[in-house]
Amino acid sequence: MPSASMISDYLWLIPLVPFAGFLINGTVGRKFPRPLVSAVALLCTALPAAIVAWLWIVMKADGAPEVLRVVSQPWIAITGLQIDFALTVDHLTLIMLGVVTGVGFLIHVYSVGYMAHEEGYWRFFAYLNLFMFFMLVLVLAESFLLLFVGWEGVGLASYLLIGFYFQKDSAANAGKKAFIVNRIGDFGFLLAMFLLVREFGSLDFSHIFQAISVNPEWHGGILTAIALLLVLGAVGKSAQIPLYVWLPDAMEGPTPVSALIHAATMVTAGIYMVARCHVLFDRSPYALGVVAIIGAATAIFAACMGMVQHDIKRVLAYSTVSQLGYMFLACGVGAYTAGIFHLLTHAFFKALLFLSAGSVIHALSGEQDMRKMGGLRKRIPITFWTMTMGVFAIAGIPGWAGFFSKDEILYQAFVSTNPLGKLLWLVGLITAGMTAFYMFRLWFKTFFGPERFEEHTDLHDHGAAVHTHSGSHAVMVVDPEDNHAHGVHESPAVMTVPLAILALLSIIGGWVGIPAAMGGHNEIEHFLGPVFSTGAIAEAATTTASRGLELGLATVSVLVVAIGFFFAFVFYYKKPGTAAALAAKMPALYNLVAHKFYIDEVYSALIVSPLLMFSRLFLGGIIDGGIVNGSGAAAGATTRGFSSLVRRVQSGNIRSYAGWLALGAAAVLLVMIFGRSIWMH
Amino acid sequence: MNIDHTILTVLILVPLAGAVLLALLPDKGRLMQWGALAVTLITFICTLHLPARYDYSAVAGSFQFEQNHEWINSPAIRYHLGVDGLSMWLVVLTGFLAPLGVLVSWNTIGDRKKLFYTLFLLQQVAMIGIFVSLDLFLYYAFWELSLVPMTLLIATFGRSANRRRAAIKYFLYTFIPSAILLVGMLWVYARTGTFQLPELAQLAAAHNISSNNAALWLASLAFLVAFAVKVPVFPLHGWLTDAITEAPTAAVMVLVGKLGLYSILRFSFSIFPEQSRHIAPLMIALGAIGIVYGALIALVQKDLKQLAAYGALGHVSVVVLGIFTFTIAGIDGGIYATLNEGIGAGAFFILLGILYERYGTYDMRDYGGLAAKLPWMVTLFVITTLSVIGLPMLNGFVGEFLVLTGGMQSAVTHHTRWTVLATTGVILTASYMLWMIQRVFYGDLNENTADVPVPDVTAREHLALWPLIAVMLFMGIASPYWLRAIDTAGTYLAQEPQPIELPAAISTIVPQTSAAQEATK
Repeated sequence: MPSASMISDYLWLIPLVPFAGFLINGTVGRKFPRPLVSAVALLCTALPAAIVAWLWIVMKADGAPEVLRVVSQPWIAITGLQIDFALTVDHLTLIMLGVVTGVGFLIHVYSVGYMAHEEGYWRFFAYLNLFMFFMLVLVLAESFLLLFVGWEGVGLASYLLIGFYFQKDSAANAGKKAFIVNRIGDFGFLLAMFLLVREFGSLDFSHIFQAISVNPEWHGGILTAIALLLVLGAVGKSAQIPLYVWLPDAMEGPTPVSALIHAATMVTAGIYMVARCHVLFDRSPYALGVVAIIGAATAIFAACMGMVQHDIKRVLAYSTVSQLGYMFLACGVGAYTAGIFHLLTHAFFKALLFLSAGSVIHALSGEQDMRKMGGLRKRIPITFWTMTMGVFAIAGIPGWAGFFSKDEILYQAFVSTNPLGKLLWLVGLITAGMTAFYMFRLWFKTFFGPERFEEHTDLHDHGAAVHTHSGSHAVMVVDPEDNHAHGVHESPAVMTVPLAILALLSIIGGWVGIPAAMGGHNEIEHFLGPVFSTGAIAEAATTTASRGLELGLATVSVLVVAIGFFFAFVFYYKKPGTAAALAAKMPALYNLVAHKFYIDEVYSALIVSPLLMFSRLFLGGIIDGGIVNGSGAAAGATTRGFSSLVRRVQSGNIRSYAGWLALGAAAVLLVMIFGRSIWMH
Repeated sequence: MNIDHTILTVLILVPLAGAVLLALLPDKGRLMQWGALAVTLITFICTLHLPARYDYSAVAGSFQFEQNHEWINSPAIRYHLGVDGLSMWLVVLTGFLAPLGVLVSWNTIGDRKKLFYTLFLLQQVAMIGIFVSLDLFLYYAFWELSLVPMTLLIATFGRSANRRRAAIKYFLYTFIPSAILLVGMLWVYARTGTFQLPELAQLAAAHNISSNNAALWLASLAFLVAFAVKVPVFPLHGWLTDAITEAPTAAVMVLVGKLGLYSILRFSFSIFPEQSRHIAPLMIALGAIGIVYGALIALVQKDLKQLAAYGALGHVSVVVLGIFTFTIAGIDGGIYATLNEGIGAGAFFILLGILYERYGTYDMRDYGGLAAKLPWMVTLFVITTLSVIGLPMLNGFVGEFLVLTGGMQSAVTHHTRWTVLATTGVILTASYMLWMIQRVFYGDLNENTADVPVPDVTAREHLALWPLIAVMLFMGIASPYWLRAIDTAGTYLAQEPQPIELPAAISTIVPQTSAAQEATK
């Protein structure tokens, strides 16, 4: 029987193995044949997954400790502050580890097929492994600072992968934008850490949360300040209002990256962090309220924009923002378990949706515009069926994963003590209807109706086309051996098998959280009970009345989903053209939404441009050019005679240099002799 | 004989002897390069003796590898050398950067190599001298010496016709405050009769330097302003951009930061503890403003070297902010960030230099899309950028984090506000650095540079850069190795100085000059 202490020795391997993969592929991968590159990358993802599975077994065993902790070397150690390389594993970590290594591994496998024809194959897998390293550090970290290592690190990996096609300006821009917008969030995170050090003298989770727990009278005040600053960090990383703008642009990256980083794992780091710090947040109802409102607002706002996008990946991007909003909402009403539950199911179905979309794009040799799709269900049946599972899951069809997790959040919002609870629930409910609408819209436009795409009989260069479709220029060289002409085609097994597994998970993934009201056991609630100390409370709260309420609310949301489906069915299947006619009737409104409410333009006009202008004209021109440098120049001008001396110095004449020394020495003596009397008293 | 007692002299003499030797040897073939490389490598190996033999358990405030000999009887000038946690790693850093500086100058300096390498070695002598001198007069000699080779390097080896103006500007900016510094030092001597730093620190702690508050203030400002110009502290940075733009890479690498910052910590803080604490709020404000100001102007630069210059202003401002918080975290972080500045900016300037060597321009508008052509170059640029913008696990983060933590720990509310302002630097720094990377390496190839056939990073350049990258990594993940010694010094500096009750000992050590005796009458 493996013991907890035994596995502790291997804990560090979980992040370090992918790092080794990064080092191998990043340094010598360029010279490796492709199968070797993928073998290294897959092995370095599979091994941590195996360790995590082992860890799971150990931690689930009877009598296993609820928390494992490994402390290694100190990282930063000064008088009064020490930060160690320390890892911690509890049940929350286990879920995150499972998602990251499990979904991560499947996406690695898929990428072998998807990226097969890409230049820079080694680079892609090196970055992907680097991402795994940082993400695993993030979820395993025992201190805020080590979490921040992962936090910044995944941002770096994201930057590198979004900008993978760096010859394309839009990709380079998107990568930079993602990093900088995230840095705005990090600004908050950093300030929160500075305050934590000041207040607690430590950044260890255990130390800080212990200190808060034993001081029940601590409420609000500085804790609210810290919590709000952490929220700023989470808002950046998890793409919430007002910092969500980087995520839609991040779709410039290869599709597996969108699935892994910008849907399943990295963007959920903000939710994970809030859940991890629930002890802190619970003491600040104000901060929690902010989280809830941001979450609900983001959910509905992003859903609005998702309804009018034409690019299949952008629909999914806005839907991710919207779903992250749900998770924020859950945390904000104190239902951390529901938030993590939705994080889990979302990781399955959103990864599935992105990878399926990738398969569609692959089939159409790089086409991402849904207006040029249609009728694909017979051409790529496997992709169609897997995508359908994903659509059902996210839309909240009863039985599928998303149904249970989303309903849990809505229920928790409804019964929460937040004075706005009912309103939050209503917003969430409307969002659910909109989600069903835009997802079925995507489904109908892609797989049903007439075929609107052109049969591609050109080179099989889907990869190159993926990043050239927007009309910039052909950049990547495609292996000439591989040029075989064919049209719309189903993806190879290396891509469809991960799709099938994720499709399965998108169905059964929600069954771990079937509430008692529907005859389930809500296992995830019990599993996370020790982390959030909610298990007993939840059970006690499940009275007959609340069961009725829960079922009633679920019925309402199913109805709303049905309405969303109905509109999508009418607009995009039954009577195509209705949507266009409707949009033509309200051009102003449609344009506003279609242009994403002009948020990017507003940010640019109100923040970026004025700042650059201020820097260039006022700081650079008047202050630096005029005052700072000008005064120096003036000083130079008044010492023309002096400068002729200096000119001799510059000539490199050693004698004049010696003269200077002599002059200096004379000055020294003079001041010594006379200077004394000046200051004597 | 134990080398511990002579090592610091050896560290000064080796490059000095090297400079003399190079001046005497004929300038033939690659003789100068190899000679300078050999001298700097030997010096570097010697500097490694310090951390190897350093006593980490030593009492705070004490010096190691000390040498203290009478030099001139009257005025009482002693040949007094020693290092502590504050200076030790700066000496090693100076030794470490010098061979790299030689490597990057290998081909760029074609003419007058003898002059170049002689001056380069003299510069090194001056810097090591500054870091190890514990006698004010001796220190001042090295301080003045550091000025001359740098001015000549800029004036002679600058890249454009503007080099003379830049050299004059640099000279005036640093010489005039130095002259005032000298007056301040002589006043201190006149009051106390000693140039010995440890004794001056004791006297200062006991408030025994002078009872004339105005005079103390003037003297402390004479010290601080001279150092602040050398750092440079905003808004005294008028010389910075011209000097950086003109100076050859090897000179730029050592131009900014450490000399001035070290001097503030060592001399201003020790001799004028009270005045330094009083002026701290102003310096913290200037530090925070400098961070944002430097980053914002860097953001709108089109010239790579100008961008690097304003970036450097931002980075030294971080240190200024940190040390004037008078918190342990702030000072430790400040010292650490000073080392980082040498490493990160060093690597950045080397990279800019080798880019310039290939394309002959620093104008970013001439660049674009080079990533595909120069994969190693972009890799090294990105790693260096990550260090500069403070990515955790690289060196820059540790210093920045500690400095800002210190800023927040300070009990005064308005320090908190300046810290918040300073923290916006993490956004702005990332912005200008990543934008720089994008404009040089991503997007379309630029027609001005697309067709220039250039090699990627050569073996010699790899040799100059990878040690820096390795240090970035190690300093990022194993900071306690460095912080051990630094923390002792930082903790000591952060405390209010306490006078040690040793009246008898002091009176025997301090050579009472006639001046001091007069003063006490």
